[in-house]
Amino acid sequence: MTYLIVLISAVLVNNFVLSYFVGICPFIGVSKKIDSAVSMGIAVTFVMTITSIVTWLINHYILIALGMPFLEYVAYIVVIASLVQFVEMFIKKTLPALYKTLGIFLPLITTNCAILFVALIQAMREYAFIQSVVFGFGAGVGFTLAIVIMAGIREQLELSDIPRPFQGAAITLITAGILALAFMGFSGLTSA
Amino acid sequence: MAQKSIVSEFAKGLVRENPVFVQVLGMCPTLAVTTSVANGMGMGLATSFVLIFSTLIASLVKRIVPGEVRIPVYAVVIATFVTIADLFMKAYLPPLSQALGPYVPLIVVNCIIMGRVEAYATRNAPGLSLIDALGMGAGFTLSLMILGAVRGALGSGSLFGLSFTPVLVMILPPGAFLTLGILMAVFNAVKDRNSPVMVKA
Repeated sequence: MTYLIVLISAVLVNNFVLSYFVGICPFIGVSKKIDSAVSMGIAVTFVMTITSIVTWLINHYILIALGMPFLEYVAYIVVIASLVQFVEMFIKKTLPALYKTLGIFLPLITTNCAILFVALIQAMREYAFIQSVVFGFGAGVGFTLAIVIMAGIREQLELSDIPRPFQGAAITLITAGILALAFMGFSGLTSA
Repeated sequence: MAQKSIVSEFAKGLVRENPVFVQVLGMCPTLAVTTSVANGMGMGLATSFVLIFSTLIASLVKRIVPGEVRIPVYAVVIATFVTIADLFMKAYLPPLSQALGPYVPLIVVNCIIMGRVEAYATRNAPGLSLIDALGMGAGFTLSLMILGAVRGALGSGSLFGLSFTPVLVMILPPGAFLTLGILMAVFNAVKDRNSPVMVKA
């Protein structure tokens, strides 16, 4: 049951993009087409789940065990950067079809703050191992949901006549604001 | 490189290449912590600190670091300065540290910092990089403070002593997106009027 709450909370209630504001760069940059939004979402979910597993292990068995929690940020960023590289090489060798879809998005993920945020929040909330994994996965699904909805809206937006100053990032942010308003409706769902 | 004047290198970060309104970089902290002027300023200054020292170090070591591993190297440099800023704030400014929460460590992945290091510091002398970082930091801090001022004033329902019904949504997540979107449009409109060249945000 607690896993379900962690999952729902990460996907809907505390949606990473719409209530924590992390992963905004890809959210604005890669949300022009539904296809690429889906690919980006899958890539992020994949990396987030693995990151939450690896950083949990590092945090508990290396940093806390050796009494070096102040190295948290340095350790996480190195782990995430090398993990993304590794995942990229692994997929390229084993699943060439998936690599073709995700290819260009994987390197972008290193600088995606949502990934680091997953690692930081699960350490901060002191989640147990399985909870962390569920949380990482849920956060990724939440990101995918938000970016795909946004891409759907933006495909329609392409056809409308937007006043010049609002074109580009401005109208995207306002749309995201309205979307965030809609997602606030989920806030009573869990207390976590 | 010699003809770049110090003043213009500094000033470009404020308006022409403003990191928030023009380059649309560093969106996470911009949206997340600007519920008040004080929080915006705290985040702006912390980011500027990291930006200034990281670009300085990056431009000093750029000849030693091999090209293939430069990104991880810079990431470690940035993360180190973020840790320093974070520990400093926890020790001396606990309320601010509380308010900014996990967004302080997120400075590590703030695209403004990596962007300036990669696009400017690795190509220019340490002195110029420092000026560039100061300008970008000032532009970022200023943008966050403007955003914090608008959201804080509307959200708390008082502006220059005038009080009105607080628009609570402005300090909640949707308000962040709406305020930044509208301010960005205003910024574009002003820029369009001042220069006939078409500018795309």
